[in-house]
Amino acid sequence: MTATERITDTLILAVIALLVWQGLHQIVGDTALPAPVPTLAYLAKFVPTARFGESAWATFQAFILALFFSYAVGLSIGIWMGFHRLSGAVGEPILISIYTLPKITLYPVVLLIFGLSLPGRVTFGAMHGVLPVALLTMNAIRNIPPVYLKSARTMHLSPWQTITTVLVPATLPEVFSGLRIGFTLTLLGVLLAEMFAAKAGLGFLIINAMQLLQAQEMVSVTVVLFVFAAAANALLLWIEHRLYRRA
Amino acid sequence: MTADAQAQQIHASLKGVTRVYPGAAGNKPVHALGPVDLDLRRGEFFAVVGPSGCGKSTLLEVLAGLQPASAGTVMFEDRSVSGEVPDGIGVVFQEDASFPWLTVWDNAAFGLRRSGVDDAEIRRRVDDALAFMGLKDFARAYPSQLSGGMRQRVCIARTLVLQPRLILLDEPFGALDAQTRLLMGDEVLRLWRRTGATVLLITHALDEAAMLSDRIGAMSARPGRFLDVVVTGWPRERDSKIVSEAAFGEITGRLWDNLRGESMKSLGYAGMAAE
Amino acid sequence: MSKVGWIRLAVIVLAIGLLEVCCRTKLINPKVVIPPSEMADALVQMLISGQVNGQIARTFGIVLLAAAISIVAGFAIGVVIHAIPRVRQALDPFFATYYAVPIFIFYPVMIVIFGLSIMPIVLMGVATAVVAMIIATLNGLDRIPRVLTKVARVHRMGTVSTALRLKLPAAAPHLFTGVKLVVSYAFIGVIASEFILAPAGLGRVIADAYSDFNNRRMYAMMLLLVIVATAVNMLLHVFDQRWAERRGIGKS
Repeated sequence: MTATERITDTLILAVIALLVWQGLHQIVGDTALPAPVPTLAYLAKFVPTARFGESAWATFQAFILALFFSYAVGLSIGIWMGFHRLSGAVGEPILISIYTLPKITLYPVVLLIFGLSLPGRVTFGAMHGVLPVALLTMNAIRNIPPVYLKSARTMHLSPWQTITTVLVPATLPEVFSGLRIGFTLTLLGVLLAEMFAAKAGLGFLIINAMQLLQAQEMVSVTVVLFVFAAAANALLLWIEHRLYRRA
Repeated sequence: MTADAQAQQIHASLKGVTRVYPGAAGNKPVHALGPVDLDLRRGEFFAVVGPSGCGKSTLLEVLAGLQPASAGTVMFEDRSVSGEVPDGIGVVFQEDASFPWLTVWDNAAFGLRRSGVDDAEIRRRVDDALAFMGLKDFARAYPSQLSGGMRQRVCIARTLVLQPRLILLDEPFGALDAQTRLLMGDEVLRLWRRTGATVLLITHALDEAAMLSDRIGAMSARPGRFLDVVVTGWPRERDSKIVSEAAFGEITGRLWDNLRGESMKSLGYAGMAAE
Repeated sequence: MSKVGWIRLAVIVLAIGLLEVCCRTKLINPKVVIPPSEMADALVQMLISGQVNGQIARTFGIVLLAAAISIVAGFAIGVVIHAIPRVRQALDPFFATYYAVPIFIFYPVMIVIFGLSIMPIVLMGVATAVVAMIIATLNGLDRIPRVLTKVARVHRMGTVSTALRLKLPAAAPHLFTGVKLVVSYAFIGVIASEFILAPAGLGRVIADAYSDFNNRRMYAMMLLLVIVATAVNMLLHVFDQRWAERRGIGKS
């Protein structure tokens, strides 16, 4: 299938999605679900305003900090468990169990410790993102073909050279996968925190708009977040594919 | 020193070498190799054949310094080998060791970059090695775009540029089809003559060993020990056409006599070995 | 149990013990975290008194419903998509980015459309889980070795017979992976929705307990959730292992 065919198909799907949206709107009415065009018009007016800007900034702050911690802690745990076989064997099922838990139920604990503040949302976001980073990094290290390390020894590489010129390039595609999924989940964690119990951020904006029966605002912010998340993920996926193509 | 005396000079040796793997998590230790005695003469082509699992790869790795010997001594150029791979030894492994994130050219240059050789010399040696291995047109390609045989040639080129004096090959053609193997055999012979290095080839293919080597060590089933060392007496200028010589059939026949029973043992045909 | 298993058990016991000690010695503020023993006690008491049993049943019922719908619908949709390669190629970017979007942002929209009832919660559970099943179905059908269809033709088997006796068992491990994912995603989807906003259910109980400063109730319910989620996942995992071993795929 050629590239043009693929793009046309994606466009067709987008059009179908918009038509479904329009159709749902006809069924449930304006107060429940505004139509696509008025929503986009509202979006165009709303995004440049200060109120939106403040919320976006609040979410952005929490997200960036949470991402930093997800990556830092996740990579550290993943590297340690990847190289130290026993820790890896002991810890992997524990990490996987935590991964499948609905972590939102731990949110009250976070709230009790940090209150409705930035550190609370950052912690919650990081809690979500740290696990895929750790698990995929650990896996990447375990999967390094032993022949690479043997080759490094026959070429008399120092430990530092082995790490930088062999281990890092060899594990990069899979580690990057973990970072991409961590990105997604950290964003999810931060937004969930805002939706449940925060007074700032885009997640709060959505819930607030719902409670004030401002359907247009609610749907607009949803669309903005959707587009941002999809675009960011598409970019990261593109990078990931390029990394994997050589592997 | 006369040519003869030099030819008799011992380049590397194993004396009474055994290798025992400690048992993992409650299992018994595994006696994988030995005791083995082997003298490699400078510039010779020596092959080791034996059934699967008999310890051939272990022998190679102990000789290279990749694994420690549990007993006995390992010497290379009159110095003891232990812990790290000595300078002057090159290894081509059974698995594909080409780095997928580097081009063919960068793969070949990899070892040199870290050894302090200057750029002009690196370029000269890599271009030379790639041309010799028939990879000149693929210098900018990535290993994932090449076939298995070509990737092995990249690994050989990477070893070549380091100008090793002893080349160890661990079943490098294991994953290739029969015709490619024969052609690669000729390539290895060219390599051997060109570099003047001592070559140790591990293989399970008797005809390959008989065709390529000066001497062949037949190894028993695990724990591997040498049952016999067969001298082929081939001239230095040889290639795969040697298979039509009468002596070729005798040599392979003699190897199989030694190894038939051992192969059956390693395949689990208990009690049939004497048949 | 293997040595690794014992070490793991020891680590978990030690962690819980450490928490217990820190709570009892007031190193951790009791207004923030109560000792694990008290959590367990509160849970037992609540279960006996039957106060929240209705809510618990409701939540787990919804999870089961969402999981069942996701498995059946996901499998059916997966089979259909697999049969039409053009559609599959077109949907590929959709599947790739589906789990990239924080799906809970659509929950308020669903509440507004369907009202604050059971519907949006079931929908969220299904929305979270169904795509995992579709992807697992596609993978499973992909991985059926071609040689099996050839064997079927040599034995002159009909379409249905081939599907049931060869294709389904061959794809089964991947399908089961899909089921595992569906269960955990359904859990997450339902509980998170109940937590954000719901008329009733376990998530709602926990959220209310938090607002009411009722730590005992809150932690008791959180403990219940952790135990059930972990137990279900472990059970599925054990099934998976036994199955994989028998088929020679080996322990993971």
